[in-house]
Amino acid sequence: MAKKQDATSVEEIKIDAKIPTGPLAEKWSNYKDHQKLVNPANKRKLDVIVVGTGLAGASAAASLAEMGFNVLNFCIQDSPRRAHSIAAQGGINAAKNYQNDGDSVYRLFYDTIKGGDYRAREANVYRLAEVANSIIDQCVAQGVPFAREYGGLLDNRSFGGAQVSRTFYARGQTGQQLLLGAYSALSRQVGKGAVKLYARYEMLDVVVVEGRARGIIARNLVTGKVERFFAHAVVVGTGGYGNAFFLSTNAMGSNGSAAVQMYKKGAYFANPAYAQIHPTCIPVHGEFQSKLTLMSESLRNDGRIWVPKKKEDAEAIRAGKLKPTDLKEDDRDYFLERRYPAFGNLVPRDVASRAAKERCDAGFGVGNTGLAVYLDFSSAIDRLGENVIRARYGNLFQMYEKIVDDNPYNTPMMIYPAIHYTMGGIWVDYELQTSVPGLFCIGEANFSDHGANRLGASALMQGLADGYFVLPYTIQNYLADQIQVPRMSTDLPEFKEAEKAVSERIEKIMKIQGDRSVDSIHRELGLVMWDFVGMGRNKEGLQHALERIQEIRKTFWTKVYVPGQSADMNIELEKALRVADFIEIGELMARDALMREESCGGHFREEYQTPEGEALRNDEEFAFASCWKFNGEGEEPTLLKEMLEYEFIKRQQRNYKA
Amino acid sequence: MEKSINVTLKIWRQAGPKAKGAFETYKLDNVSTDSSFLEMLDVLNERLVKERKEPIAFDHDCREGICGMCSLYINGHPHGMDPETTTCQLHMRRFSDGETITVEPWRSTGFPVIKDLIVDRSAYDKIIQAGGYVSVNTGGIPDGNAIPIPKYAADEAMDAASCIGCGACAAACKNGSAMLFVAAKVSQLALLPQGKVERAARAKAMVGKMDELGFGNCTNTGACEVECPKAISISHIARLNREYLSAKFKD
Repeated sequence: MAKKQDATSVEEIKIDAKIPTGPLAEKWSNYKDHQKLVNPANKRKLDVIVVGTGLAGASAAASLAEMGFNVLNFCIQDSPRRAHSIAAQGGINAAKNYQNDGDSVYRLFYDTIKGGDYRAREANVYRLAEVANSIIDQCVAQGVPFAREYGGLLDNRSFGGAQVSRTFYARGQTGQQLLLGAYSALSRQVGKGAVKLYARYEMLDVVVVEGRARGIIARNLVTGKVERFFAHAVVVGTGGYGNAFFLSTNAMGSNGSAAVQMYKKGAYFANPAYAQIHPTCIPVHGEFQSKLTLMSESLRNDGRIWVPKKKEDAEAIRAGKLKPTDLKEDDRDYFLERRYPAFGNLVPRDVASRAAKERCDAGFGVGNTGLAVYLDFSSAIDRLGENVIRARYGNLFQMYEKIVDDNPYNTPMMIYPAIHYTMGGIWVDYELQTSVPGLFCIGEANFSDHGANRLGASALMQGLADGYFVLPYTIQNYLADQIQVPRMSTDLPEFKEAEKAVSERIEKIMKIQGDRSVDSIHRELGLVMWDFVGMGRNKEGLQHALERIQEIRKTFWTKVYVPGQSADMNIELEKALRVADFIEIGELMARDALMREESCGGHFREEYQTPEGEALRNDEEFAFASCWKFNGEGEEPTLLKEMLEYEFIKRQQRNYKA
Repeated sequence: MEKSINVTLKIWRQAGPKAKGAFETYKLDNVSTDSSFLEMLDVLNERLVKERKEPIAFDHDCREGICGMCSLYINGHPHGMDPETTTCQLHMRRFSDGETITVEPWRSTGFPVIKDLIVDRSAYDKIIQAGGYVSVNTGGIPDGNAIPIPKYAADEAMDAASCIGCGACAAACKNGSAMLFVAAKVSQLALLPQGKVERAARAKAMVGKMDELGFGNCTNTGACEVECPKAISISHIARLNREYLSAKFKD
């Protein structure tokens, strides 16, 4: 290890987020009224690369093509319809106030800021709440079959962190239906020739020419060929980096490599430590396990979370001598209802996760590992009948039964927190542009709207807001100055050099020929991340993690074994390239977590908590987004701070008790 | 409760689209019955890598039964023998100790093999690109509640929209027909007022593209419905036929 890890160099440069002036509710209108536009004849002359085909990528690619830009759209899967947005279950928020329960744009904004523990940018979050209603309209027009009431109008359900019912849903498959809506819009543009689709292609670098993003290097995953692509602007919507933990609810292919490439080309990586741990996942059950499965937060509408009140009961359950259904009502501790009477089982995810961990650490956990709590539907089934519960959550119950081999209609589900989403990501300004001109970042891949914790049903909202209603405006403000720039040849030295660097990196990995499989190294990294950079973090643990990650990096670069050829479909090589980047991200996460000496949202430093065990923020010193600037391989990154000045709301300690 | 079994795997290996493929046999001991089918393959692949051999290439991503990326013909059934289950959700407790399990890629001319168990399903994307959408641009849309939709119509549209585009229907069909896939999309959009405007053009365009791409015709054997991991009903094929015929009569 070269330098002392906790000595972080800090540059006091004011980062300009380009937030428009004026009252909060008028900023976005003001921006749109005064931004530069590109006329239709010029749009045809401009190429835009969109990487990723999830909610953000597909909606952006479709919208840009509809407007007349030439779009090149890339995804690693065999079809754009497979992007991991498809796995989102519960729903999408909007402030329609169809339920007449007091919702408004301001309230959605406020709940999101508060849910994020006051670590998001006010203007961005307000804009998100403002455009959310249009998303619902757009999706309905595309033929998304949202759940409806008997009168034919749209139905809503409740989600964590809100006291209104503002979540729109399509059974337990909302992400699927919204993604297929965006995919259909994208497919229409592919059919028209306005989008050129590159499926089974993986971005491996950004090409920067004279300080501006001008293209990407991508590998054709079928042939192994490394190719160059030019565009006037590059948009990256490649999702989050939760798989740094090896076990997460992310898809197997989800990765943070595009983020690392952007970071190494000068884009700041912001708030890497903010990772969301989702409370309701199926517990870990074996060493062979490849991923964790989420049980939708919507289950907390009707499910009650509990552990035994007495330790001896918990022990008997773990030993298989007692069944949860044997326990009388008085012997159960509904700990969320007890600790947070106002929100009960619908507290935000970070709060619910920590409360579950607290009970398990104190010895009240269930399951054979003791790392599980119950999610019980018996009172809802008594109240509403099994059929109603089946109609609401049937597919989730079926999924649970297939994995666990237990019927949740008869016996409570067992759940435990797992890594689910990353709020951190590439820093972007109000226009969703990174610190590299011409390079934009959307959806989960950016850091923008969720602060230190994301509320349920807000990821779909943000992905589609960015892709349908924000980026198509803001990118024009950039492209308006590019209409004089002719298409560039990919034979320019910048393209050649970027391709060469990518090819050399691939060959370097192929040549190691060590004795460790990619997965075994990834698993080792994941354990370090979960143990020391997971739900509870402390200084000592984080320093230890930084040392361990250094060792893992060394192991990777000296001992990894990738069989086969690079000029061929090679699944081990694909994984190896991603794991190399997860190691970089893991280090950044630990570094950021060590620097942030406070607890906020999903970032919980054990040294900083209230006497009741709640997160203790430090607004005096840490009311900023931490932006890490890459300084070269083996060099320490520089910390830049975007101060989060709150003009319109007052920061408070989050209170879900009363 | 967790236990372990020993299995013999007969797996299709094929180096590339034009290479000649063959079955290879692997013995795998101590497979946890709590592991999923793909986790069992992960264990085998980990072993192959240790033996410095190339692992078996197979498609997979979400492992939650929703992305449609996983495939595999297992013991003669697409996604294995469990009803309403994708390969990634199939668990080893469904197999017995000492069993021989045959694993093949999708068998369909519409889905050529790329490598081992991975096939090219881009034909399904091309069918959607031909008309599987409502022609609306982003923005300028009336309120989501402006047009009430009867609950039964929304629910039935949702049944059809549950299709994950995995290709099991065409792989299961002795005619290699993609009718269930096409029907699911045509039916979903025909049931909703937003999709009705283009219903005739959509049915013709999607069926035309399916034929052009070399998928066979439907003879109502019902194999697709049985093997569909999302239980899409062939009643949607009936609706597709009606949509297609009425569109053709109007010509």
